[in-house]
Amino acid sequence: MSTAPLVAFSGISKTFGGVHAVENVSLDLNPGEVLGLLGHNGAGKSTLIKILSGVYPPDAGEIRLSGSPVNIRSTRDAKALGIETIYQNLALSENLDSVANLFLGREITNRFGFMDDEAMEEAARTSLDRMKLRLPSLSKLVASLSGGQRQAVAIARAVHFNARVLIMDEPTAALGPEETAKVGALIRELASQGIGIILISHDIHDVFDLADRLAVMRHGKVVGTTRTADVSKDEVLAMIIAGTLPAGMARRDH
Amino acid sequence: MTSQVPTEVMPDGGTRRLSAILGSQSLALLLVLFVLVAFFSLMRPDAFPRIANILNMATDASILLVLAVGGTYVILTGGIDLSINGVLVFSGVIAAQAMVWTGGDNPPTLLVGLVFAMLAGAAWGAVNGFLIAKARIPALIVTLGTMGMSLGSALLITRGIDISDVPDSLVVGIGSGRLMGVPVLVIVTAVIVIAGGLVLAYTRFGRYTYAVGSSPEACRRASINVAGHLLKVYLLAGVLSGVAGYLSLARFATTTLSGHTTDNLQVIAGIVIGGTSLFGGSGGMFGTVVGIIIPVVLLNGFVVLGLPPFWQQVAVGAVLIGAVYFDQLRRRLRDR
Ligand SMILES: Nc1ncnc2c1ncn2[C@@H]1O[C@H](COP(=O)(O)OP(=O)(O)O)[C@@H](O)[C@H]1O
Ligand SMILES: [Mg+2]
Repeated sequence: MSTAPLVAFSGISKTFGGVHAVENVSLDLNPGEVLGLLGHNGAGKSTLIKILSGVYPPDAGEIRLSGSPVNIRSTRDAKALGIETIYQNLALSENLDSVANLFLGREITNRFGFMDDEAMEEAARTSLDRMKLRLPSLSKLVASLSGGQRQAVAIARAVHFNARVLIMDEPTAALGPEETAKVGALIRELASQGIGIILISHDIHDVFDLADRLAVMRHGKVVGTTRTADVSKDEVLAMIIAGTLPAGMARRDH
Repeated sequence: MTSQVPTEVMPDGGTRRLSAILGSQSLALLLVLFVLVAFFSLMRPDAFPRIANILNMATDASILLVLAVGGTYVILTGGIDLSINGVLVFSGVIAAQAMVWTGGDNPPTLLVGLVFAMLAGAAWGAVNGFLIAKARIPALIVTLGTMGMSLGSALLITRGIDISDVPDSLVVGIGSGRLMGVPVLVIVTAVIVIAGGLVLAYTRFGRYTYAVGSSPEACRRASINVAGHLLKVYLLAGVLSGVAGYLSLARFATTTLSGHTTDNLQVIAGIVIGGTSLFGGSGGMFGTVVGIIIPVVLLNGFVVLGLPPFWQQVAVGAVLIGAVYFDQLRRRLRDR
């Protein structure tokens, strides 16, 4: 079953008191793929990924992971399945250092119940090396890290615990160009290691250079999906704004 | 990728040095303590630096320190516990009452007293924790309320008259007892402080205390039970208030119904002077110890010098305001 997509949404719907936040969405994410999920505010992007990350149960539809149907009832379930989410506001603990944040809630302890800081630092270092990621000092408080470094800590935290699917909501929106490039390089590195990544954005410029494929949502539905290489930014903008597909692209209806 | 050179993170040398100094507030504080001790010792070498006087000060600090261990956890979570003095008195009353009922003047009776003191403290701690963590009422209000309730209950139970029928063995053995020359109160306090400090610095429980005070949202996303942790922290503060009530009973041989009215404020002041931030998330037990001891040394020093001891309150007030100012300055530097 190595050909099955990493994540397959089929027929996912979710309404909030009559509002169709997500309506009959079918979408695939392949291993090692960076998928850009685009659409205006209110298009349903966040709701869709919250269904994947266990925040909301879907009203209808099915999610398959590597071919097998899964029932994700809580964020804990999602994490156990290797689905990690990195939120816009990173939700790191400012007063703790990078290592403490990386292991928050999953600290390594010795047999006396004391935390094994050395083991955690060692593991953090190995993990960061694998991601080709450098932080100025692992024992610096997160409060003193830059936006990009915090992003790196948040990503490292997810990946360290064996994420197979990484969901990122507007990951580079708050970063300067240099840091955006660094986070972009990190995302590509992770994808090359086989992790599937969903990048959510309302701004095409954030994801166009990074994503292998783009999916555009509008009014809760998927307008269409396309390989980034096959379209221009203007064509994608037309999909976002008017819901019109570029010439030659088939509308997905299933 | 990201620079490996840590010095590049800070904008310039001056700012870096300043924030490094402010960052080690408890070390600066230790220096203040040393200066005070040196000053009083020089002024009154015959009285201040004598063993008897030092042990006196340690005994004076002991009950406050027991309260401050719990208070440090509470303030690190970003909360506050004003009820500790009420709970202390209430627990002392319950312990005294329990020992009267049990009768006798032997270790089992003393143990009954301790257990009841801790249970009484735990009960108020649970009330605080439940109302703060689950009902989400601000800690300031909840603990202001339970301070009055616990103190009032203690007065109702005793009809306002101190219970002085305390077992002699408690007073002699623990209250004024010594072990190899060191007051038992000081030894008990040292054990509690060290245990509290170790748990805070080296266990998950300690780390979650910092984390909850730093970002409850980050904790929730890390699947840490924030409300559950808060509950435990207030429970701990309650139990330690109970222990403090028991120690107070041992030391003063009476329930001291009206003797602890400002303990809560003294404890909070000491914790904050010690560098634990009222915003939660930063600070520690070492700072608390120094922050509690400084006012005790000041008071003792003024008395030894023959100055009106009221000066101590003035000095402590000023130190407190200074400490909070430095904390804010440090945060501003850090968050730039
Ligand atoms: N928890 C909720 N309760 C009610 N309505 C919601 C909720 N979450 C989202 N919605 C609605 O669902 C629609 C899709 O929102 P959302 O998924 O946040 O879009 P996006 O992330 O693309 O901006 C919007 O109309 C929004 O108002
Ligand atoms: Mg959104």
